[in-house]
Amino acid sequence: MGKVVINSARCKGCGLCIEVCPKNVLVPSSKNNHLGIYVVEVKNKEECIGCSRCAIICPDAAIEVYR
Amino acid sequence: MKKVFGRTRTLRDTHTHYCPGCGHGIAHRLVAEVIDELGIRERTIGVAPIGCAVLAYYYWDLDICEAPHGRPPAVATGMKSVNPKNIVFTYQGDGDLAAIGFNETIHTANRGENITVIFINNAVYGMTGGQMAPTTLCGQVTATTPSGRNVKRYGHPIHVAELLANLPGVSFSSRVALSDIPNIMKTKQAIKKAFQVQMDGKGFSIVEILSPCPTYWRKTPVESLKFIKEKMVKTFPLGVFKECGKK
Ligand SMILES: Cc1ncc(C[n+]2csc(CCOP(=O)(O)OP(=O)(O)O)c2C)c(N)n1
Ligand code: SF4
Ligand code: SF4
Ligand code: SF4
Ligand SMILES: [Mg+2]
Repeated sequence: MGKVVINSARCKGCGLCIEVCPKNVLVPSSKNNHLGIYVVEVKNKEECIGCSRCAIICPDAAIEVYR
Repeated sequence: MKKVFGRTRTLRDTHTHYCPGCGHGIAHRLVAEVIDELGIRERTIGVAPIGCAVLAYYYWDLDICEAPHGRPPAVATGMKSVNPKNIVFTYQGDGDLAAIGFNETIHTANRGENITVIFINNAVYGMTGGQMAPTTLCGQVTATTPSGRNVKRYGHPIHVAELLANLPGVSFSSRVALSDIPNIMKTKQAIKKAFQVQMDGKGFSIVEILSPCPTYWRKTPVESLKFIKEKMVKTFPLGVFKECGKK
């Protein structure tokens, strides 16, 4: 059981976290941040195993992981 | 629940100017994590390059000096000589390190200066618009090689990690890649090793990092990582080319 928190002010919507998540927890969203960037969103919250793969690949340190 | 992953102390909580999916962001974080894990933040000085990483001094919460294009190893030599207790590292792109500054790179390595070089090989000049770099792959399309790099005309991609490993002053030389999770973890280990070599006073250490530039590779961030795995490592094999003291 894990939890991720996305800092949408830092996210650039690159999609790398979506690609590496083994549980399809993350999805692109239709919401944009203050820079007009479409950020990622936590969709399947209960699926998260707290593996940190998304955070390790994020080029913008926009993800915190809890377990 | 306990926090198991978060922003490390040395990485400032600020927006960076890098494009989405740029490898510089990952490399910055790994360097910051290593510095914090080794507990050397208070005595570490960085030297930033000219290139996309020109603003690195805004992103690390460290003392950082900005050097003219290609000259970080010369500046680092001076800073290390003045106070050898400081940990001094440079952070340079392939245009900076392997083109305009290759003279400084080779002589600093050859003198065995006790500094660490973090070398970002993204096979282009990112900052200036994606022109050919010395590391551009054969056939790779760039702004200045619109029909692909032709080695007859422009020479071959330069293998920095292998070249420097031949110099007696070099204690550690390795090539790693930001292509997937296991390789990102290996990159962090190599950066840590390079800093430890300096802390042990063993001389020059370099980590060459294959790093995505989605913008000038004209690929998505996901395609760029695939390009490193499938194409770039064929020209630039990963591995440790020198590790002094290791049998
Ligand atoms: C003396 C000098 N010559 C040329 C330039 C133009 N210039 C700025 S960055 C750069 C190349 C950057 O490429 P690289 O070092 O690979 O860094 P990247 O942006 O790819 O990370 C060049 C040629 C300059 N700023 N100063
Ligand atoms: S911690 Fe693992 S499972 Fe959870 S969102 Fe990130 S990659 Fe997916
Ligand atoms: S990897 Fe980071 S910057 Fe990229 S989409 Fe995910 S959270 Fe946003
Ligand atoms: S141009 Fe390339 S190296 Fe420069 S910030 Fe953009 S993706 Fe990164
Ligand atoms: Mg470059």
